[in-house]
Amino acid sequence: MKFSSEYRDAKAAQGYTREIRRITTRPWTIMEICGGQTHAIVKFGLDELLPKEIELVHGPGCPVCVTPLELIDKAVQIAQRSEVIFCSFGDMLRVPGSEIDLFGIKARGGDVRILYSPLDALKIAKENPTKEIVFFAVGFETTAPAHAMVVFQAKQQGIRNFSMLVSHVLVPPAMEAILSSETNRVQGFLAAGHVCAIMGYGEYVPIAARYKVPIVVTGFEPLDILQGIAMCVAQLEEGRYEVENQYTRAVPEGGNRPAQHFIKEVFQVVNRKWRGIGEIGASGLSLRPEYAEFDAELRFNLGGYTAEESPLCISGLIMQGQKKPHECSAFGEQCTPEKPLGAPMVSNEGACAAYYRYRRAEFAKTRKA
Amino acid sequence: MPITDYPTVTLAHGGGGKLMHQLIEKMILPAFNSPLLETRHDGAVFQLGNARLAFTTDSYVVNPLFFPGGDIGSLAVNGTVNDLSMCGARPLYLSCGLILEEGLPMETLWAVVQSLKQAAEIAGVQLVTGDTKVVDRGKGDGVFINTAGVGIIEHGLTIAPSSVKDGDVVLLSGDIGRHGIAIMATREGLEFESKIESDCAPLNTAVQALISGNIGVHCLRDLTRGGLGTSLIEIAESSGLQITIDEMKIPVRDDVAGACEVLGFDPLYLANEGRMVVFVPENEAARALELLRADKHTAGAVEIGRVSGEQGGLVKMKSRIGTTRIIDMLSGEQLPRIC
Repeated sequence: MKFSSEYRDAKAAQGYTREIRRITTRPWTIMEICGGQTHAIVKFGLDELLPKEIELVHGPGCPVCVTPLELIDKAVQIAQRSEVIFCSFGDMLRVPGSEIDLFGIKARGGDVRILYSPLDALKIAKENPTKEIVFFAVGFETTAPAHAMVVFQAKQQGIRNFSMLVSHVLVPPAMEAILSSETNRVQGFLAAGHVCAIMGYGEYVPIAARYKVPIVVTGFEPLDILQGIAMCVAQLEEGRYEVENQYTRAVPEGGNRPAQHFIKEVFQVVNRKWRGIGEIGASGLSLRPEYAEFDAELRFNLGGYTAEESPLCISGLIMQGQKKPHECSAFGEQCTPEKPLGAPMVSNEGACAAYYRYRRAEFAKTRKA
Repeated sequence: MPITDYPTVTLAHGGGGKLMHQLIEKMILPAFNSPLLETRHDGAVFQLGNARLAFTTDSYVVNPLFFPGGDIGSLAVNGTVNDLSMCGARPLYLSCGLILEEGLPMETLWAVVQSLKQAAEIAGVQLVTGDTKVVDRGKGDGVFINTAGVGIIEHGLTIAPSSVKDGDVVLLSGDIGRHGIAIMATREGLEFESKIESDCAPLNTAVQALISGNIGVHCLRDLTRGGLGTSLIEIAESSGLQITIDEMKIPVRDDVAGACEVLGFDPLYLANEGRMVVFVPENEAARALELLRADKHTAGAVEIGRVSGEQGGLVKMKSRIGTTRIIDMLSGEQLPRIC
């Protein structure tokens, strides 16, 4: 199983950075959408290889980070009920709610389980007919098909003790929200390769045209990202604003049609709140009325609940590319991976966690100086 | 008291990462307040009459009890044998406390006992005292085992993080991450192209070979829960020196690397049960490598980095593409990602 070393080659990396240096004549700000890309950039120090004119800012593509506080609180409220087995991906357990995270609920005796595949939730439901099984469905277009499949199967098989707490979000509306902000700095995008593997990249064509920004569908390995940046800079320098595909080995233009079919069958597009950013129109998915019986918010009657976020946390500005994590006054002080104020400090894909893990010592030096 | 931050114990407090270290530093060390404990080594080293002894203990709570390449029995022997070996001691005697859950099939217990016996024979140690307790059904995970061990130190070296020197070479005894992936694959029913077996093994013969080969070993550390990354950070912090390693030199099997990509894990933090790092003076590194490679449990030994005085307490890694980054300790165990 060889799959990644060929995309992490030092010589090829130097080739791309030379090319970027050669074509860059002035400053450009490029945003990578996906948190997986952010981590690869910081982990491998890709930004250090770039000419100083190229600034990378980190986008909102971390599903854990953008899940609104009130949804974490709702998860906590459900998970602490004695009749519930609460199932989630591992990342979500450490995200702070208003008072406690899901790990804390587990420590207090709640039955909180980490799943590797969402379909396992149905297995647990069948094995525990007297319990209520709730799955925390978080993510972008990437995880939506699998989550749709779970609900679809639950309905087909008549599994009544299963429901889903849905917090699905969509990438293109978030890009438009960033671009239409008065303080926007982003001049080009690296679009998230895995999202496009599902959805294709047709949706990005009108965005590129309307806001005159180049969008390059990009993968997650160091060489993918460097090549994506090179393609994006080439467009910027030449005054083009097209949608290009760097990640051709995974992304066909039309995406994965059967997966799209399942998303449409089960989910509908709704307005959704993004943590730190606020509500964005038509930016999320919720269950269609035909599947409302599987909606955990309805089942546990949590519809009206809202929550306030920490005023110290500037995660919204960070995820819109207006600030860098270390520019936050709480970074590394009141906010660390052990005591996070905001979700980007928690997740594997959060920008703050990436800066904290890989760059902390440098910032400590410059702060002292 | 450190109970203000966390009113209850969470799983991360036992994950080998930062929270566990905070628990030890803020609660355990001050409460027991012993200079031997302060060394933060894998075991305590002390003089008793004319003998220098090493003493250690470890508890084993692995789920599943049996996994490719080992089981809780072999783990309980090898783990304690290795902790003694990391003190530079020759392991001699082990205790064995069994905590059994009501309802455990006798056949399972028999298999575990056989495994304990076999692992002790292979490692050349004797299980000389023990205890058995049974808890109510639902209050244990089948079998929990505690082993403690005593070993004798038959040389004049001080093998500890405080002995690490500027210029030392860092050796790693083989490929990393197999135990962590083997356990997870069995526990979660994940299937990969090939079966990934745990690296669970005793390291005492390899350590003895270094010592009888007159290698001036400065420090030994077996890589357990927190993996290579955490072990190196612990040593960098307690020695006050910088450790710089080279990603290209760290052996990770393709199947382990593949599993890591899928799950979003970093092999640097995966658990190992038969791997160690060895800190030796530069001029003895080649000979030490030769001795390690002659032992079957450390045949894959390689040089992975150097110690320097630049930024004390930091571990840095030169990445595959030529950049350098810090290796940080994780809060708790790694969590599988969403997408």
